[in-house]
Amino acid sequence: MDRRVLLIEDEPSIIEAIRFILTRGGWSVQTHSDGVSAVARVREARPRVLILDVMLPGRSGFDILDELRADPETASLPVLMLTARGQAADRERAERAGVSQFMSKPFSNAEVLAAVNALAGAA
Amino acid sequence: MPRSALTGSRIRDRRIAAGLRQADLARAAGISASYLNLIEHNRRRIGGKLVADLARALGCEVSQLTEGAEAMLLAALREAAEAAGATGAAAETDRAEEFAGRFPGWAALLAERHARVEALSAEVAALSDRLAHDPHLSATLHELLTAVTAIRSASSILSGTEDLDPAWTARFLGIVAVEGERLARGAEALARSLGEGAGGGALAATPQEEVEAFLAARGWHMPALEAPDADASTVEALVGGSGIASAAGRGLAREALLTYLADARRLPLAAFAAAAELPPGELSERFGAPLDAVLRRLATLPGREVGLVVADAAGALVFRRPLPGFPLPRHGAACPLWPLFAALSRPALPVGAVVEMPGPAPRRVRAEAIAMPLGPPSFSGEPVFRATMLLTPAPGAASARPVGPTCRICPREPCRARREPSILGPAGR
Repeated sequence: MDRRVLLIEDEPSIIEAIRFILTRGGWSVQTHSDGVSAVARVREARPRVLILDVMLPGRSGFDILDELRADPETASLPVLMLTARGQAADRERAERAGVSQFMSKPFSNAEVLAAVNALAGAA
Repeated sequence: MPRSALTGSRIRDRRIAAGLRQADLARAAGISASYLNLIEHNRRRIGGKLVADLARALGCEVSQLTEGAEAMLLAALREAAEAAGATGAAAETDRAEEFAGRFPGWAALLAERHARVEALSAEVAALSDRLAHDPHLSATLHELLTAVTAIRSASSILSGTEDLDPAWTARFLGIVAVEGERLARGAEALARSLGEGAGGGALAATPQEEVEAFLAARGWHMPALEAPDADASTVEALVGGSGIASAAGRGLAREALLTYLADARRLPLAAFAAAAELPPGELSERFGAPLDAVLRRLATLPGREVGLVVADAAGALVFRRPLPGFPLPRHGAACPLWPLFAALSRPALPVGAVVEMPGPAPRRVRAEAIAMPLGPPSFSGEPVFRATMLLTPAPGAASARPVGPTCRICPREPCRARREPSILGPAGR
């Protein structure tokens, strides 16, 4: 099975931790930190699962997800969205955009790994 | 004012303090001791010559027996009754004086509790508004949650990975240290922010609020800028001594004070203050000044109870001088029914209306607004409009258009202009 994850996140500490956890869980992790070029990076990397932060430099995760869902190539890509803003309005916005799973910070390592495994299994 | 039943309690207090017996005071006032006893226990209303005779016998002014605290207490009781009426409870407002007279302690307690409920409601509304819309608070919370997540992940790796090699251990210990510092800074910022919020009134979280706090502390009137020789250097001196911490705040203060200076030059204080009771349109004509300058200038005259709001073409409030009873949202958009926004859709035309805010004691306010282009007229480029609205108390207005503060804390239902649900529930519920 393809075990590649793309993590789009701009917080170095979070990147480091998630990369470690997923790598130990048997995943190959690529990272990207910029919102503006994120969609191009997804198309190039073609990951099995995408982990996408909401607040990114240059462009919000919601906008990025909108564009991915509008493209047949990435419309069904499993996307785990991470946010520090757990408000209901953000969750609804993510669901409207077609998120696969939404996770509010602070999340645990086990939750992230379980979510990625579940999304890959369901894909 | 009708002679209150409470007057009796006050007569009794003063008599006892003066060491007089009821019989002594009754004789001095030409009445029977039994009648004085009824008066003192608030069972008889008195006025006119009798209260004057009693005041003379007690060596005090009539007003000391009949006015002051009791009037405030009765007003507070009636306000509490009106607020309770909105929830369906029916207090006997016509017997407020009797209640206050017979049970002054309970009456004072009820009035104090009502005032407390009102203050807490206002605080809840302000904090809710802030939590929902304050960009600084939102950014601080984001920082905190990110730091907590990083620390949680790193510490979980450190404690739960048996074969972690020294290089990884060092990296995650580094993350815990760095994010711990970040967490401490964020917590401090959050505590400061919420501490300011809990105080109410003196919040200055944004540059705009810093400027408003600076002007409010000076009564919105700047004598230095009224002097004939005031100029840009006067403005700089005021900005320099303002105590405004942020560079952005000082920039906004400079802009506000330069506008003040220009208005003061066009509309000199003595002549303008003497004519200030005229309608703004007439003032504009008499002084040859634009109407928005007249509205702004009316809000810089000393000792006037007015409010002023300025909005840009996107509807953002860029200047707020609050008027009691007419809450101005600190963050997010205001009520779209304000004449301020109607003015933006009809540039250069005056828009005025008496409006009423919802609440236990609804307040009527005259709102006069106009939108004018910024800067000098130009044939090149699209004009940028800014709307100015003056708020003046209008308690005697026969009718008023219902408006609200901002949807989130407005109980009016139904409302064709509503854009989000209220946290307060419909008015009258």
